[in-house]
Amino acid sequence: MSALSASRWEKTAFRGFFERQYHLYRRYWVWEVVWFLYSVATVLSVGYLASGLGAIGAGETADGVRRAQVYLLVGALLWTFMSLLFHETSFAIAWERWEGTIEYTFMAPVRRLTHLAGVSFFSLFYGLLRSALILIAVVLLIHVDLNHADFAAAALVLAASTVPLMGLGIFVAILPLLSPEKGEQMTFAVQGILLLVSGVYYPLTVLPGAFQVIGHASPLTYTLQGVRDALINHTGIVDLLPTVGLLLAMGVVLILGGLMAFAAAERRAKRMGLLKRNG
Amino acid sequence: METLFDTAPAIEIVGVSKSFRKIRGSVIRRRPEVRKLALDDVSLRVQRGEIVGIVGLNGSGKSTLIRILATLTTPDTGTVRIFGRDVVDEAATVRRQINRVSVDAAFAKEMSPWENLSFASRLYGDSAPDRRQRALAALARLGLPRDTVDRPMKQLSRGQQQKVAIARSLLTSPSLLLMDEPTTGLDPRSKREVQAFVRSLHADAGATVLVCTHDLDEAEALCTRVLMLDRGRIVADGSAAQLRAHFGDHPGATLEEVFLRLTGRSFGDDSEDDKIDAEGPFAEVGS
Repeated sequence: MSALSASRWEKTAFRGFFERQYHLYRRYWVWEVVWFLYSVATVLSVGYLASGLGAIGAGETADGVRRAQVYLLVGALLWTFMSLLFHETSFAIAWERWEGTIEYTFMAPVRRLTHLAGVSFFSLFYGLLRSALILIAVVLLIHVDLNHADFAAAALVLAASTVPLMGLGIFVAILPLLSPEKGEQMTFAVQGILLLVSGVYYPLTVLPGAFQVIGHASPLTYTLQGVRDALINHTGIVDLLPTVGLLLAMGVVLILGGLMAFAAAERRAKRMGLLKRNG
Repeated sequence: METLFDTAPAIEIVGVSKSFRKIRGSVIRRRPEVRKLALDDVSLRVQRGEIVGIVGLNGSGKSTLIRILATLTTPDTGTVRIFGRDVVDEAATVRRQINRVSVDAAFAKEMSPWENLSFASRLYGDSAPDRRQRALAALARLGLPRDTVDRPMKQLSRGQQQKVAIARSLLTSPSLLLMDEPTTGLDPRSKREVQAFVRSLHADAGATVLVCTHDLDEAEALCTRVLMLDRGRIVADGSAAQLRAHFGDHPGATLEEVFLRLTGRSFGDDSEDDKIDAEGPFAEVGS
């Protein structure tokens, strides 16, 4: 097979995975509505929590409360987006096990990168759409001060963050391959740790030293910092380029490392006969 | 120019063994590991265009053999080649030439037959605009009602789902079709429709077909050659007539009687307590 036809084959397969995700979300639309409402409620709760800081005497000035509100809302909104992207990529294998299609997908003549990228890109597309709708709900219900925001810079950081997030997702997707019984639950544990150490709702400096070290290795930390700088401190694109570069570099390392680790886990699963088991 | 791969047999298995281990107990209190031999020094050659049946009881190693051929499990020892390509070292090339129908028609249950078939055809590089027409034609040939094509798979009967599974494998035009208990659980009519379709696939496309079954009548009706597998070893190989003539102890002996004579076990004794195939491999990572 020539390189051109191989590339066309992978593109067709990529589209297949993207379309399948679309069909699944469409068929499970009730679940999606439920999760959407839950996400809106979560983000709004965090927004109102910040609004209430002044009322409970925790905010020293009105400006401080407004800054806290934007800080927390950005964290909550980004977490809903990033956790969706991370969750869908990391669940790519767990889901195949759940549906019982894992052997057919692994038998198909497509690269694993194509498989995982197809799933991730749909999640990216869907996550952006869902986050935009949540943002609209937030803006309608809570007055958010974004006078100093640089939206282009925030969007650039967010776009760069999708690369390492995909890499992290590939790493975590390995878990159900290693342990059919417990891998799925372990992905939730990893997600919880990321929430704890990545500075979603607080600066890393409030964490114990060991947690701070882990937090500095998380791409989510730099994403949150970068987006907050852009939206709260009006930091421009040029000043955020180092953050973008760091995120992309982390992404390359995580994706390449994730694919290598995934290939090793797949070989092990085939040697031990773990693909078939549903738990 | 004709290459080695154009003339190689469809399947060539040499000295393949496979065992699975089961780690028992918990991480804290681990009990001794148990190993289960699924295939024991199996060698086999299938020529292009043959329909070969593999019969055996649950746990005889049939599904393990199919999984190795489908690149889903790697052998512990020995080599397996499909159309001259090694299933471990050249798995990507092998996968383009094979497809598999298993006992469980594995689909995204919320998606419709067409959505599942569309997904499968794209995985095999097919983006032609007439995909839907071809899918509908294949489903119609299998007798699937037209009004089920866009309904969620979970609303279809077991037999209808199995027909979609067969249509899925055919849409990818495999040179080697691996069928693992394709008609188990189907009603007699659906069984006959599936068997007729396999015959027409073989006649029209010249595909090589390997069918694992514990339905001896099906093996006899469908296959030009029958292998009997017991405890991971091939104990007999030939056409149904040859097996009856060579191993039957009386004129008109059935394949089941031949199997009983060769193995000391009958399909009526097929138990659930020693199965590898029916529930998948034996490996387990603690509990």
